[in-house]
Amino acid sequence: MKRTPIFEAARLVFQRDLTLAWRRWDEVTQPLIFYVVVTTMFPLATTPDLAQLRVISGGVVWVAALLSSLLALEALFRSDVEDGTTEQWVLSGQPLGWLLLSKVAAHWMLTGLPLVVMSPIVGTALGLPFNAWGTLVISLLLGTGTLSILGGIGAALTVGVRRGSVLLSLLVLPLAMPLLIFGARSVGMVMDGESPAGPLQLLAAIFFMALSLGPLAMSAAIRISVEN
Amino acid sequence: MWLWFHKLASPPHAYRLLGKMAPWFGWPALILILTATWWGLFKVPPDYQQGDAFRILYVHAPSAWMSMFTYVVMAVAAAVGLIWRIKLAHAASAACAPIGASFTFLALATGSIWGKPMWGTWWVWDARLTSELLLLFLYLGYMALRASFDEAQRADRASAVLAIVGVINVPIIHYSVQWWTTLHQPASVTKMGKPSIAAVMLVPLFLMIAGFQLYFGWAISRRLRGEILRRERNAGWLKEAS
Amino acid sequence: MAFDGALFEARAINAWRGDRHILRDVSFTVRSGEFLKITGPNGVGKTTLLRVICGLLPAETGAMQWRGQPIRGAVDEFHTDLAYLGHLNSLKSDLTARENLKFLSGLRQSLTTEDIDSALDRVGILSRGDLPARSLSAGQKRRLALARLVLADAALWILDEPVTNLDTAGIALVEELIHEHVSGGGLAIAAAHQRLLDDAAILRRLELEP
Repeated sequence: MKRTPIFEAARLVFQRDLTLAWRRWDEVTQPLIFYVVVTTMFPLATTPDLAQLRVISGGVVWVAALLSSLLALEALFRSDVEDGTTEQWVLSGQPLGWLLLSKVAAHWMLTGLPLVVMSPIVGTALGLPFNAWGTLVISLLLGTGTLSILGGIGAALTVGVRRGSVLLSLLVLPLAMPLLIFGARSVGMVMDGESPAGPLQLLAAIFFMALSLGPLAMSAAIRISVEN
Repeated sequence: MWLWFHKLASPPHAYRLLGKMAPWFGWPALILILTATWWGLFKVPPDYQQGDAFRILYVHAPSAWMSMFTYVVMAVAAAVGLIWRIKLAHAASAACAPIGASFTFLALATGSIWGKPMWGTWWVWDARLTSELLLLFLYLGYMALRASFDEAQRADRASAVLAIVGVINVPIIHYSVQWWTTLHQPASVTKMGKPSIAAVMLVPLFLMIAGFQLYFGWAISRRLRGEILRRERNAGWLKEAS
Repeated sequence: MAFDGALFEARAINAWRGDRHILRDVSFTVRSGEFLKITGPNGVGKTTLLRVICGLLPAETGAMQWRGQPIRGAVDEFHTDLAYLGHLNSLKSDLTARENLKFLSGLRQSLTTEDIDSALDRVGILSRGDLPARSLSAGQKRRLALARLVLADAALWILDEPVTNLDTAGIALVEELIHEHVSGGGLAIAAAHQRLLDDAAILRRLELEP
């Protein structure tokens, strides 16, 4: 029998995760609902005046997106490690980093992408002007993608730790601060009439760095977690 | 040379060596720190802009420097432990964390104390303080991850991965925070780290940095000995020695 | 499948779990056509040894060789020649039996529907092929895990308590599979409490002591 080429193996992992999510789609919608609830908290906590909310709209949308993504990422590897699938991946002879990256990509498509699609709507509810939609979406695409990889590393390190979700946030959020700074500020800049090209390019650079180095860290972390 | 390095990686040998080295770090450290303190407090004239308040710089700047230095040492030790599987390197990394966190906390506290007479508030979001705060979070995360594992081996390797990911992020964090603070009027934000000062006023600064580095050497020797004791508590050589 | 020249060698393996020195200087050899059965009381380190062989657990000292080459440095290649059945069945309860094989064994080998069906048939659960794994009995789940071995196309089989949850027919199936594989030139290493091919000519024993 022919050995499976790596791209085929990665595609199988991607397809598997989509199939699994489809059978438990209620779990997929929870982060999205959390996202909307959190953004609703800010007007309630401050003011209903859209002119005042507009100033912080970019930041609030970004913070809510980061927190919702993290919520979803916590259980990323848990079931696979618990039922033994992960150790079979380690033993599959395929480059582990590619399999894990494929899994993270599927996860992003199911949780990160819907957040990005919802973000202009949520932003508008906070007074975000139409001309900022493009920057918001692009910055969040890059940001949630990077966060999925960072969160993947954190999830791999904390899988099996009791109350791992709090620890995961503590580990990942400080590392995600640059994303927040560049992403939220890019939206603020475009609202002020400046070009957001600078921070967006920096976000892209960070994303590509995460894409190339992230799988290495994730493989190392996963190998540690199957050591039981 | 290689043999010496290999011997160094053996716990009983390292334990003895560190025990002998510690006082050689400790006493000079104490002398330098006291000298720097006396010099900074009494010998240096007050700054024409900031009065006497700037003297806290002599503790603030070295602690900030040490907080970053310690993180790098921690990450390098972790990488050595991970790549060459040297347990002592992992122990060194673990020993660095509380020391580094303390320096970070000291930098934040002294920065805050400096801020009060300068801007009238106990906290301000300037680049240095914000970076130090995020660095503190990184240290706390590292220590929390270590504490969450029961087995020392897994704790070592997992936190090593975290430390390496963190050290790559530190320059990014610094740059992003820097960029973030320059977006608005830098008017009331005096450059905390580098006031323009004459050479004679730099002497206590260098003395203090040297003193802190030696203190680091002393603290790490003591802590690492403690780590070795904890990890090797069942080993034969320990029972023979006691 | 070229099994000739297949030889597994372990020398002076030492491993710790936490503070416990659980494997002390373990050495053995397994050749093509041999089945090594590892026995010993509970907690002596059988599972640990199997996981060290696979590379899931690190060994502090010692060396392992596969086909005459050191495994360290060529781990992925070694894994392509290895099939591992551990305590866990590595099944997703939301996927059907067929899908489980497709998405897991499919990572190693390009599989057709016929390949999957014939594997399911070999282990006796073809009729359950389209049921979600969650609705299989414990014994059927173990059989599904065995199907992975059938599909694996690997020279070295590593089995940890393979007959867990299996009835008499299931135990006979495991013995058959191992016998076929080993007689065809493959190698097998298994940790087992009970009788497993104990009278066969291909059997060699390794008893671990505490």
